[in-house]
This record gives sequence, structure tokens and C-alpha cells, in this order.
Amino acid sequence: MSTRMFGEPVARREDPRLLTGRGRFLDDLGRDALAAAFVRSPHAHARILDIDVTGALDVDGLVAIYTFEDLPDQVGAPLPVLLPHPALTHGRTARPLARDVVRHVGEPVAMVVAADRYLAEDAAGLIRVEYERLPAVVGIENAEAARDLVHDDVPGNVGAVLLQENGDAAAAIDAAPHVLEFRLAIERSASTPLEGRGVCARWDADDGSLRVYTSTQASTSVRAAIAARLDLPAGKVEVVAPDVGGGFGVKIVHPWPEEVLVPWAARLLGREVKWAEDRREHFVAAAHERGQLHDVRVGFDGAGRVLGLDVRIRHDHGAYTPYGIVIPIVTSTQLLGPYKIGAYRAEVVSLYTNTLIVTPYRGAGRPQGVFCMERTMDRIAGHLGLDRGEVRAANFIQPDEFPYDQGLTFQDGRPLIYDSGDYPGLLRKVRDLIGWDGFGALRAEAAARGRRIGVGLGCYVEGTGVGPYEGGHVEIDSAGRVHVSTGLTSQGQGHQTVFAQIAATELGVPIADVHVTTGDTRRFGYAVGTFASRAAVMSGNAIALACRKVRAKALRIAAEALEADPSDLEITEGEVHVRGDRSASVPLRTVAVLSNPLRYAFDEQTAAATQFAVGGSPSEPPVAAGDEPGLEGRDYYSPVRSTFAAGAHAAIVEVDPDTAEVRVLRYAVVHDCGRLINPMVVEGQIHGGVAQGIGGALYERMVYDASGQLLNASFMDFLMPYATEVPHIETDHLETPSPLNPLGVKGAGEAGVIPVSAVIASAVEDAEGLRVDAMPLSPDELFDLRRRAEHDPALRTRAVNGP
Amino acid sequence: MKPPPFAYRAPRTLPEALAALAPAAPGTGSDTGGGGVGKVLAGGQSLIPLLNMRLAAPERLVDINRVAELDTLEVTGAGVRVGALARHARVGRSAEAAAVQPLLRRALAHVAHPVVRNRGTVVGSLAHADPSAELPAVLALLDGSVEAASAAGRRTIPAGGFFLGPLEPALLPGELAVSAFFPALPPRTGTAFVEIARRHGDYALVGVAATVTLDAGLRVAAARAGYLSVAGVPLVLDLTAACAGADAVSGGGDWEDAAAYARERVDPESDIHASADYRRHLAGVLTGRALRAATADAIDRAGEGR
Repeated sequence: MSTRMFGEPVARREDPRLLTGRGRFLDDLGRDALAAAFVRSPHAHARILDIDVTGALDVDGLVAIYTFEDLPDQVGAPLPVLLPHPALTHGRTARPLARDVVRHVGEPVAMVVAADRYLAEDAAGLIRVEYERLPAVVGIENAEAARDLVHDDVPGNVGAVLLQENGDAAAAIDAAPHVLEFRLAIERSASTPLEGRGVCARWDADDGSLRVYTSTQASTSVRAAIAARLDLPAGKVEVVAPDVGGGFGVKIVHPWPEEVLVPWAARLLGREVKWAEDRREHFVAAAHERGQLHDVRVGFDGAGRVLGLDVRIRHDHGAYTPYGIVIPIVTSTQLLGPYKIGAYRAEVVSLYTNTLIVTPYRGAGRPQGVFCMERTMDRIAGHLGLDRGEVRAANFIQPDEFPYDQGLTFQDGRPLIYDSGDYPGLLRKVRDLIGWDGFGALRAEAAARGRRIGVGLGCYVEGTGVGPYEGGHVEIDSAGRVHVSTGLTSQGQGHQTVFAQIAATELGVPIADVHVTTGDTRRFGYAVGTFASRAAVMSGNAIALACRKVRAKALRIAAEALEADPSDLEITEGEVHVRGDRSASVPLRTVAVLSNPLRYAFDEQTAAATQFAVGGSPSEPPVAAGDEPGLEGRDYYSPVRSTFAAGAHAAIVEVDPDTAEVRVLRYAVVHDCGRLINPMVVEGQIHGGVAQGIGGALYERMVYDASGQLLNASFMDFLMPYATEVPHIETDHLETPSPLNPLGVKGAGEAGVIPVSAVIASAVEDAEGLRVDAMPLSPDELFDLRRRAEHDPALRTRAVNGP
Repeated sequence: MKPPPFAYRAPRTLPEALAALAPAAPGTGSDTGGGGVGKVLAGGQSLIPLLNMRLAAPERLVDINRVAELDTLEVTGAGVRVGALARHARVGRSAEAAAVQPLLRRALAHVAHPVVRNRGTVVGSLAHADPSAELPAVLALLDGSVEAASAAGRRTIPAGGFFLGPLEPALLPGELAVSAFFPALPPRTGTAFVEIARRHGDYALVGVAATVTLDAGLRVAAARAGYLSVAGVPLVLDLTAACAGADAVSGGGDWEDAAAYARERVDPESDIHASADYRRHLAGVLTGRALRAATADAIDRAGEGR
């Protein structure tokens, strides 16, 4: 393959279009569509007594108002639990419009359709809903105390209890020379893509078909859901993800209430209807993540080796469980990271609260698990007076121990078996990158100038590329264009580039000839979706396999034309020729013409392919038995289990002795996602992930008051970091190919965010000599911690340890 | 996130603007539609978000962006007069304004982000009267004033009487703040502006603007500070008693007396970003930092004969 693009830092091909305003996002579509707006609950928990729409009826341009009473059974029925799990004994979901009780602020109560969004909101504002307020359950402790219930029929507010166990952790801890016990907390945050959700639906009455554009991470599954709810054959529903302005997990949830209601209204009204979520709606009506409490008990020996680990995880899943309990499942399994833990037990209690639903956000439970394990490693190091890196090294799975079975069941229902990795190599590289061994001198130098700095470290393993499958379709047309399509969606990751690199490399064509389509059910109908760092692994391999089919067919057809043996042929820059000899060749566009015997010629090229022109045997059919016209191929990739990426991060922070402000001076990442398709795209993913991680570590939280009102539902008060808050990120790579897939790749999308809270906590603790048990950490909280530590020695670490 | 209905006026002269703002009296023949309360739209950096979140519902917006006579910046020996349409960026760039009153430029650098400063106006920020904003504290510290006009006439409102409460300026219905006056800096006086914000360009958790005046022997003769985000209105403290006589050349000492004085007198509230205790602590820290910087600046200026 001389047209080698795989592994090259090819500039993102989608960027010129996206950066010059030529993207087509949801709200760019449907300019003449009617607009939908929603009346949403202002209360966290209330019974709906009456909905009076009278005042809204006079609004000019009003088209329709719908409440639950207006919805047919299938439309108004509770939304699905997408990921049922045996442990989720009390799964509950909302209806698209509330029937009698609302359980979080922002829950949709009525839908208004009007000539434009302004009028729709005017009308929505005039609808009077009478509520009887019910006690709100807010916070994990209150949920567990269960003085009030979120759902009458869910005792104790407990949705799920899940146990993960490998060995007898209690016995191992009791027998260990050293035991520590502590609680660790992570606050709520959210994906907060710059583009919110949105749906635009068009009913074609003549064709009896529906086209839906939605800002989703799973267009094929949205199609299935809409088809079922609206009682349409899937073939009559087209779902297209246009350009999507970020997802980060929140757009994998489906169908959203609006994804059911907007298409339903479009069909009912016979008009195009659009809803584009606004920022305030996104804060209160989409989804959050991260909020968990962890009670850790760990037993270890004098070298810092963990002999037993017991973690009790309390997870706040909000008012409903449409996405099951995948987050705490991931926490409880991925918590183990790159380590061999003697015996392990994790108990998850997943609780209902009167807050917004909780569904995966980039990292999806891993940041919490890594925070637990890495804080534990630091605690052990502090307790024993050992170097934090050495304690980690003492626990690492070694490179010759793969495949390594952690003895648990992963989120895909398959055994948690790591396929490959080099964890000591990652640690070595990140220590070198950050200057771990020389940090003592740097610290002393800073201290002499009145500055307070610290260094932190964090390692993680990330299960990526979960199944069950993705597919790819590749077709070469008679102009030599290569059309690649896959069903999973793109939200800005660079799929247009990396999938094209794979196709260009596999087929031996210039990348400029490759055209990639994602997330369009008109082009590819079977897919799972973009989540769990799976696109490159799943669709990347499926596209490679489909390309190989096309390549084989191209060589077979070209061999006839060149009177050569297919095994002697190769493809270079889109031309098939005998290996090492380009004097006789046939371009792929010609092969495409030859592959499709035609009845009619409509241009010069196709004239060469008519049944009268082709020189085949008159006794054989023009399309041989078992063959198909056209130069195309389709294939699927379905892995036996996930592939496990890994990384190590380190940071140097400076803490202001007077104001308690934290500044990240340096941030270093060493990342291993197997074979790199495009190092520049991987680094971009890491940068974005670390930026979100910095947000989670130092800035972002969801501030609910006791009544369940979200107090910071705007970008003024929800502190997403700006470029000014995100440090320069230094990266290095390690490549341990995955033995599980043809390309040897592992996922990279979520990696950057995963260990950041752990790393920053480690660094701040190192700088301050104070225990950091909860993230995010604001200057206000650090100021408070300092004051409390003046009177409470337990809040101080034994000594500032490490390098 | 769409504004509620409102009537819209786009006057081209000041009299037209004042007429449009005047509470519509029945039978006066003034233009009808959207009578009642009018709201001035200049840069729109605070007003438009309030409208979009439906937190404000004025019946009438009077857009003064076409009133050219308000787009002024006059610098004299006495001070800087900023017209109602002068954008933050223009005022911040003005070397003449910075020469007469350097605190203006120092404070403007902390106002949000460049795109906001390109559009937002100095007078609009004052009229919004947000106690977390930079310019109200500067106007208050400098004893500046706001010139208000209405169909009935004009008046000058001293800074001390302009900020009545959070988001509550001393403007009457129908009144337009046409300009603000920032007095010139006296001789041998230095300025500083420091603030702590959660993110670059955010509203400050606490901010301090300071002026320090030296005597001929380069000792501190007067020190004043204006505080933002520590009370419902900009707070001005005279810190002279806590630091008078300090030797500026040696750095003025540790400023701890002044910091303690400030901590005792600020009255911050807790909110989701910071507790009152933390804000009080920051007020002390920033008092020291601001006085130190203003003193250094005063020495520089004294050395240059200013």
C-alpha cells in the first residue's frame, strides 16, 4: 500500500468547512418550520392539578398546544429503559409529557407549536399549571435517608444494588499489615456541548414517510424508537444527524421526549416542526453526571501493595433511569485501573433524587473510579512515607501478564480482560515528561521565593470500543470517488479524516477521493452509536474490512482487464497495476465501470460498460452467478470484548498562599490507544478531554438548593473553563497494539478527561499538605479547608511526600 | 431564551431619544404603542441576556445606538467625560484618557472579554449599577458623577448618590444617563486595580480599586479604596488613617492595618461562588495588594513629576 495515510498527522478535513461557518447544525435547518417550545416544571417534585391553556389561545401565530391528555398511548407511554440490568430492580422513566407528577425541575409538561420560537415561548408563558408541591429529595444522603420518596413505589429511593466481587476483600483487608478508611466525593457536572439538543421533523404525506434531523449520537436507534412510537415501518423513517456541535455523552440518550413529540406533531400537523434546545433548557432538561460518594477501605503491605480493597459507591442517578446504571458499573470495574488488587469488593447503591437524570458524560464513571483508586495510592504512599510513583509501580500489572483477567464483568456484559498494555512504560514516560525526579529542587526554589507548588500523578485504564458491532459500506463510483459510510455519528471527533485515512490506506487511493458519511440512516441502517470511545475501533475496523472486500473485487476485475493474476496486482494512487510495474494499469474508476454491465449508455464512460460493448463470453450471463454489479462492499466488525487503552497524567500546580487560588503550571499526558491512526487527532481529543477534566477538577458543579432548584443554570454561573483556565498540555504516546482487532487500535475519545480530578487533587494535596477528598475544589473551599486544618490535624497529610 | 414582546424605538437625536423614553401620557400625541416603562438599549451586554431569560420585560426599548451626539469621549485637564455611546474598548484604548485618569484603563482591562468591551459602554455599565462591576467602583472611588437628561431637563448626580442598591441607579423614569465624568488624578497619586475572579473576565469575587497620594517626602498622605462585590453598592473606604506616613520608597510596610480595616468594614454576602468569610478575607488580601501597587505607581508618577 503505497498511499499510506494510516498513522499520519493529517489535518482535519472537516475543519475548513466548520471553521468558516459552513457547518449545517440542527438550528441551521428547517428555516420555515413551525417552532416548538415546552412548558417545563418549575418544581422539583409536584403533582399537577390543572393545566389551563386559555390565556395562551389568543397568541397570534399559535398552532397547537399539547398536554399528556392529547398523546396517543404509544406516544405518551413512559420512555424506555435503554440498558436494563438485573441489578436495576426499580428502573423508572418519565413520559414524554408529564401525566400527573413531575419529579425534577425542567420536566416537560406541555408542548406549544407556533409560527416561530418567540411566539411559542410567549404562548408557553401564558399557560397556567396548578401544582401541589411535594417534598423534594436532593442529595445522596437525603435520598438514602428516604424520609421522602421520589417514586411512591420505589422503597428507600433505591433503584439498584450491584455487587462486584473478586476474592474475599473483607478477610484480605483484616489480615493486611496496614488499613486505611476514608470517604471520597465527586460533584455533579455535565457534558454541556456548545450546541444543545434539537429535533427537526418533516412528514411527507404523499410518501407516508418521515424525515427527522436530530442532534444525536445514535441516529439508527432514534429511528427505531420513533418508528415504534409512531407505528411506522423503519423503512419509512429517515433519521439524519447533521453536524453536531458536541455531544460528550448527553446525546447518546434516546429517544428524548422531544425526539418523540416533535416528529409526532409534524405528522399530525402535516407541517415541518423544529425544536432547538436553549441553554437554560439544556441545564435543567438534558442530563448530568459524576455525582458519587465513595467509602473506601483498603489493606496493604509495607511495600504499598494492595491486598484488599472494599469500596461502597453511592450513585445519584436523578429522577429517572433511562440509561440504566452503566455509570456506577463502569466506576466499579474501571476503578481497578492498571493495578493487580489482591481481593476486591464494590457495592453500588444507585439512588433516586428529585434532580435531573444522570447519564454518561465523557469518561462515564471512570473519573470517579480513577479518583478513588489514585487517591488511595496517594494515601498509601503518604501512610508509608513512600514515593507516590513507586507505590503505583508496586501494584502494576506487568507487560508480560496480558491478557490480564480482572475477574469481574465489564459494562458490555463480558469478562473484564485487559488485552494489552505497558503500564510501567507509561509511568516512566510521564515521570520523565513532568520532571518528577527533579521536582524536589523545583519546589525548594519556589518556596524560597514565597511560592507554593506541588506535583500530582494519576494512572488509568479505559475499556474502549465496546460492542456489539458497527458496519461500514464502501463504494467506488465511475468517477473514481470512494464513498465510505458508517452508521455511527460524529460530533466533531474528526471521523471525516480518520475514516478516510483508513480507506485511503486500505484501497490505495488519494485521500482527496474519499468521501465519508456518518450517522445518516439513508446511507447505512445498522449501527449502535458513538460513545465509549468506540468509533475508531468499531467503525474504523468495519470500514477497513469493507475496503478489503472492495479491494479484492477491484483486483479480480482488473486482473481480467490486465490479463494478470489478481495476487500479482496492487493499487497505487487509485490505479491497479502489476506489483512494481506501473506501465500497464487500469484506474479504479474504470474498474467501477467494468463492474457494472449496463443496458443504457448515458455518457462516454458508461458506453464502455453496456452489454454490447463488454467482451464477455456470450454463453455466460453478464453478471456471473454469486456476483453483484458495482464496485462496493459492506462489512461489520463485532469484537468478542472491549479493548483497553491506558494512560498516565502528571501536573504541577501553584497554589496562592493568600487567596487559595489554584493555577495549573504544567500538564503532561502519556497516552496509549494502540496503533495511532492520526496522532494529531488523538492529541486534539486529549486536549479537549483534559480541558473538560480541568473544568471538573476546579470549576464545574451543579448547585442544587434543598428544594431542588438548580442555582447555576447558565454559562455565567456554571463555570466551564475558558482557554485562559486550561494549561498548555504536553503529550507523549506509547503504542501497544490491540490484538483484538485488525487495525490494532484502541479508543481515544474519553481518555483526556478521566484522571484529571485525581491528578489535580494529588498536586494540590502535595502543594498544601492538606487532604483533598472532594472535587471539584474551589478557592473558597481550599480557604475553608486551610482554616479547618488549623484545628484538625486529621486534615493534614503526614508529610509532603514524593519527589 | 427569547425576549418577551416589546416596542422598539431607534431615535437619531438626543431630543428624540428623550421623547421616546418619556413615560407616555395619554392624549399627548407622542408616539403610541408600548407605552409605560422604557428601557435604554446601548451596548446590550447586560440587557439582552436579561431579556432573553425573560428576567426583564420592558414595554419599550429605546435604542440609542444611532444618536451620534452621545458617542463622545472628552478629555480635559479636569478629567474624562465619557458619552453614553462610548464603548469600553474605545475608552480603554484612549491614551489621553489614560494620561488624565489612569485608573479608568486599569479597571477596563478587567471588564469581561474583548468582544464584550467592543460593544458594551462605560455609561451603560454605570447605569446597570451592578455592585460586582468594575466601573461603578471606579466612579465611586474617584467621586465622579453621572449627567442625566430627560425631556424635563438635565441634572448632575454625584457618584455618592448614584448607586442606590444592586441594579438600582438613581435615574428616574424617562431619564437617560448621557455621560459620566471621571475626575483627573491629583499629583503624586498612584492607582491600582486588582480583582479575583473565578475565571478570566468573570465578575469579580472581590475587586479593589485604589488611589494612594504621597506627600513631598514620598510618604503616604492619603489612601482610598473602592470595593466591588462586597456590598449592595460600591463601597469606598478612606484608608488614610491606617497607612498615613508609611514610607512609600521602602514599599509602605505590610499594609496589614489597612487590610484589617477593610476586613472589618466590608459586608459581603455568601453566594454559590464564594462564602462571605472568604470574600472578607480576599478584601483584606486585595487591599494590601492594591495599596502596594498604587504606592509603587505613585512613586513612578512622582518621579516623572506628575
